[in-house]
Amino acid sequence: MRSDQNILVKLNNTGLRIDDKWLVKGVSLEVEKGKIVTLIGPNGSGKSTTAKIALGIYKKIDGSVEKYTTKVGYVPQKISIDWTLPLRVNDFMVLTESLNKETIDEALSLTGVIHLKDKNLGDLSGGEFQRVLLARAISKKPELLVLDEPVQGVDFTGEIALYELIKKISDELNCGILLISHDLHTVMTATDHVVCLNGHVCCSGSPIDVAKNNEYKALFGEKASQILSRYEHRHDHVHTEEGKIKKN
Amino acid sequence: MFDDFFIRALVAGIGVALVTGPLGCFVIWRRLSYFGDTLAHSALLGVTLAFTMEFNIALSVFIISSLIALILIQLQKKTNLPGDALLGLLAHSSLAVGLVVIGFLTFIRFDIMGLLFGDILAVSVNDLLIIWIGGAVILLTLKFIWKPLFASTVNYELAEAEGLNPDRAKAIFTILMAAIIAISIKMVGLLLITGMLIIPAAMARNLSTSPQSMVMYSVIGGLLSVIIGLFTSLEFNTSSGPSIITAALLLFILSLFKIKQSIKLKN
Repeated sequence: MRSDQNILVKLNNTGLRIDDKWLVKGVSLEVEKGKIVTLIGPNGSGKSTTAKIALGIYKKIDGSVEKYTTKVGYVPQKISIDWTLPLRVNDFMVLTESLNKETIDEALSLTGVIHLKDKNLGDLSGGEFQRVLLARAISKKPELLVLDEPVQGVDFTGEIALYELIKKISDELNCGILLISHDLHTVMTATDHVVCLNGHVCCSGSPIDVAKNNEYKALFGEKASQILSRYEHRHDHVHTEEGKIKKN
Repeated sequence: MFDDFFIRALVAGIGVALVTGPLGCFVIWRRLSYFGDTLAHSALLGVTLAFTMEFNIALSVFIISSLIALILIQLQKKTNLPGDALLGLLAHSSLAVGLVVIGFLTFIRFDIMGLLFGDILAVSVNDLLIIWIGGAVILLTLKFIWKPLFASTVNYELAEAEGLNPDRAKAIFTILMAAIIAISIKMVGLLLITGMLIIPAAMARNLSTSPQSMVMYSVIGGLLSVIIGLFTSLEFNTSSGPSIITAALLLFILSLFKIKQSIKLKN
């Protein structure tokens, strides 16, 4: 039984180990209806892995995942379409669920790529493709939306517009969003809850709490911390190569 | 006008082409050409088994091919050999074992050429039933698993994340591959079945802009290959399999002109 009717997915102390190497370990988090949870952390810190654990893509994991919805929209970090597969934007939109024309057009218009509807996916630029991926994920009106760096390669003005759109979707559809982002500024302003990863959960909480946290500063540097906070702390541990933690 | 055997061959060939068209597209999309080849090679073992046990050929080929597919999946888990080496290992060893077993069966006369390259004279009314009923079952099953199979062909993780159960679709597709080989072995022969799967689909890729149109062109290409190939086979007394595949190759070459044009237009 879920403790709270608003919870869509809950990770209990989850981890993934491949060949004795932990990709990510001891992650607990929950995504609620209408809330945006953002994962931040350096490259290789296990953000995408954590998202995939939440989605149920990995079968052999440590810990447990409680998932209370089947209406899921996913924007993977990277996706490559082979030339042998002729696929137009329109075909891609109905990949996992059949949708009517109005729904497809509406979603493509929201992300600003309705004019590309009949184009081949292979002919799109990186930013255009990203907008199509987002359109596809939101078109099926999911309860849980998992976005792995959804605005990579999108131009600056588009980036802001897409983040606003994501916020709007979260409010309008009342769906929970698990977001992975590198854009700390956006993260700190649009998110309800931040989880800072580096092979494990370094710190988590509201954006302001996290910005104040010493481990966050250790990871992202003083500049990042100053976005919302002027506090200063000493961090008490360093990370070794195997993802282990060494106390100072 | 035509002899009965020729009409039977034509009906059989059309049935086979209707099924290889859509399946062939997935073989190309999922890069399964050599997997198909391996299953086809193992079909010889299935045929010998059918003769020794006095069993239905199509059914016994289907069982052996499915078995080889299972063994392949196990080997992939247990060893670190690359996929193509495992496929080669299974393809040639099962072909070799099949030929050795044939050597022992001196009491039965085998038409080896017919087995390897297809024999239109060999198609009986019984075979027609197997091809059309089996083919209908394959197509219906494919239609049923189309969405998860296609979605996972585009991106496995997307399909899994959005709850489409791609692993089940993949397992069912493997069984369909074994089934199409079982029902088409008499027409095309075990060495050329993969050609029937790949070449019309490859031709179709050159002409199409969407997955649906590629499937449609692939079916049309297969049908044309069968019809042209069988008439050639009748006229020049050539084996049916090679004649059909050669016709498919000619269609593929023609399709290259179309793609050259569209590449030119783009530049």
